Amino acid sequence: MENTKFREIIKPGTNFDFIRFWLVALVISWVLIAIGIGSFIYHGGPNYGIDFSGGVMVHLRFSKPQSIGDIRAGLSTVGLGDSTIQDFGAGSTEYLVRLPVEASETKGISETLTQALATKFGKESFEVLRIELVGPRVGKELRQRAVLAVAFATLLMGAYIWFRFELRFGVGAAIALVHDVLIAAGALSLVNYEIDLTVVAGLLTVVGFSVHDTVIVCDRIRENMRKSRRDSMATIINRSINETLSRTVLTTGTAILVVLSLFFLGGNVIRSFAFTLLVGFVIGTYSSIYIASPIVLWMDPSRGRRNR
Amino acid sequence: MRNQSLFYRTLLILGLTASAIVYLVPTFVTDLPQFWKDYLPSHRIHLGLDLQGGTHLVMTVDVQKALENSLDHNVEELKRELKEAKIGITAAERKDTSIQVRVNNSERNQFTDLVKERFPNLTIENSSTEDDTANIQLVFSKREEQHLRESALDQSLETIRNRIDQFGVSEPIIQREGSQDILIQLPGIQDPQRAKDLIGRTAVLEFKVLSEVPDPEEYLSGKKPLPPGTEILSGAEADRTGGRSQTPKYLAEAKTLMTGDVISDALVRPATQLEGPYVALELNARGGKQFEDLTGANVGRRLAIILDNKVYSAPVIRERISGGRASITGNFDIKEARDLAIVLRAGALPAPVRVAEERTVGPSLGKDSIRQGITSFVVGGSLVIIFMLVYYKFAGVLADMALIFNILFLMAVLTAMQATLTLPGIAGIVLTIGMAVDANVLINERIREELRLGKTARAAIDAGYKRALPAILDTNTNSFLAGLILFQFGTGAVRGFAITLCIGLVSSVFTAVVCTRVVYDYLLTYRRLQNVSV
Repeated sequence: MENTKFREIIKPGTNFDFIRFWLVALVISWVLIAIGIGSFIYHGGPNYGIDFSGGVMVHLRFSKPQSIGDIRAGLSTVGLGDSTIQDFGAGSTEYLVRLPVEASETKGISETLTQALATKFGKESFEVLRIELVGPRVGKELRQRAVLAVAFATLLMGAYIWFRFELRFGVGAAIALVHDVLIAAGALSLVNYEIDLTVVAGLLTVVGFSVHDTVIVCDRIRENMRKSRRDSMATIINRSINETLSRTVLTTGTAILVVLSLFFLGGNVIRSFAFTLLVGFVIGTYSSIYIASPIVLWMDPSRGRRNR
Repeated sequence: MRNQSLFYRTLLILGLTASAIVYLVPTFVTDLPQFWKDYLPSHRIHLGLDLQGGTHLVMTVDVQKALENSLDHNVEELKRELKEAKIGITAAERKDTSIQVRVNNSERNQFTDLVKERFPNLTIENSSTEDDTANIQLVFSKREEQHLRESALDQSLETIRNRIDQFGVSEPIIQREGSQDILIQLPGIQDPQRAKDLIGRTAVLEFKVLSEVPDPEEYLSGKKPLPPGTEILSGAEADRTGGRSQTPKYLAEAKTLMTGDVISDALVRPATQLEGPYVALELNARGGKQFEDLTGANVGRRLAIILDNKVYSAPVIRERISGGRASITGNFDIKEARDLAIVLRAGALPAPVRVAEERTVGPSLGKDSIRQGITSFVVGGSLVIIFMLVYYKFAGVLADMALIFNILFLMAVLTAMQATLTLPGIAGIVLTIGMAVDANVLINERIREELRLGKTARAAIDAGYKRALPAILDTNTNSFLAGLILFQFGTGAVRGFAITLCIGLVSSVFTAVVCTRVVYDYLLTYRRLQNVSV
């Protein structure tokens, strides 16, 4: 058969020895997780958006560029000078003003804020794009729900794979997912994006999507285990990964294409969400090869009898 | 066999496509013909608040306060009953959500009997004895407490609904959420602050008379202790005169002579040359009678009209007023007068409410979001379509066709379910494009493998579909489960994302597996297809 008739990214017969490098991969994973944890420590914990920390956020758009100093000066007339003011891109015309959680209990706080700015800049020179206010109780509830949702989703995916394949595949998938979520959260902290509801939605999507590659690889491992009973587990896993590599690269590739488009064109409200998906998808593909598969290998019941 | 099944499958796809188009027409065609409105679905796709602009509020009802108010009433009742029964108590007062009573030990049994008989809603929590007095703690029975909580929440909901209806918002959503919250969605509202004030105002209206002690200033400034049965009230802020005006203070008798629950209607009277706009109250029969008695008994004294503990005006009562009319004047503009009339008509809230969560999106941000969403949808979609064409040639054409059907079905189902499209929801549609071709990738890769093994086109296609299917179902089931969890966890906008994700997964499995297969089967059967181009 001539194989030139297909356009291929990964040529058939590719035989990269993945299993040999699992130690290297392990080190890389730990380093990535450590960087994430380091970033958490450096930033003093996760950077919660107001969904989870509670507080008030006002998103403003000025008709001409303004400086943070001027905005702060305007706010200090009503005693809000200590609020967090963040340039939200768009050529210094858009700003996010954040007030701490205590402010969310104050009646008419967002009006006080916009009044102060209207006095300073003139009523017509800016518009309020968004106001978000989350009280402390709601923030706490949402935090608990988010953690529960991610944990439950991870366990559910693992259980599903266990049910469809074998226990060790399920364990491998679940550990790979925890790894993905940790690294994605670390990456978010590194670029200092806020963790809000949509970011958690992104993490959950990553959990759902990461399993795709794991399923494809596991599916092939099972098939090859039936086909060649004499080969060692390591050989089978290696061959399976190689055989499914083009699928893995393509499915993740198309997903990444659209996520990139969201990231660059979807506007800044959705940007942190797109970033979460971007990191999560890449890491998810890597982990199904380098985290899930070695676990399947280590938990191989016949490991002692088969020689590598 | 294959022909017959092919025929039915084709029919199914055509049927689905036709109904999808029927559902989507109203969203894209502005003026529908009359017959369409009569016989066919005519609702458009529903945009979330983050796309059309509006305010999403979660108000917490202070149920605790409602319980305390109710206990206060019970304390008064209890004192009265005890007086009648001639049981001597040394103290009876409310502490948080319990009533503390001190009673002589000799009368203790009489007291507990009276409580059992007359106050079935109260239970004795605990009691202790010191010397010859007993300290008894009364609380609401569990059932009574539950009932009060529920009714406080239901009444608040009803009152807020009334206020919003009169405020005039199109398609508001007002519903209970959990044990203490009320969720309010106001689409396309221009003045969220005004809406919040309107919703959040407790609006307890009371009529009291001012105290007649000589030189009340002494008491107001705190030089002398307050005479018994009086209280200090501050006036509603009159900041319109410019400068820093002092809020006036009043010394009033603490007893409430009439409350706002006897109001049958409240109307705004426009400004005249002599005075600004004011609110005219019409009282019901009971209120008319009450008002007549209280004005008759207090001619010459000043009547304080108090809303939420602020004195709005304190006119002198010149004569007995009959006819069931009263008015509230004050320093307000027409808008404030109108809002005041609304809250008085809708009635007072049984307990104070607080904003626990607010998400307001201005109209221009919504428009931006839609534009950016569509842009990333078009660009992302084009990239994927082009990629599939280049990589899989003819099979890529099929995959792209499936993708277009997929989006069509997804949008139609969203419209048919009357689900809400949010910004994350649009992101979900964009993401669906990237994930939908996965099934075709799996199938095509498998077909290629089979072809490499030297199988004929037909055998390769059969095997490709058959052997790729388990993995396709597994992967999509997993994402679907994650989507369900998202839906459970999420609120508003995130829910929109979960819904689009889940619908997209189901429709992508259908289009990628069933629709593309129909084309292959047609080619294999009627066109004697020999070589597949994948």
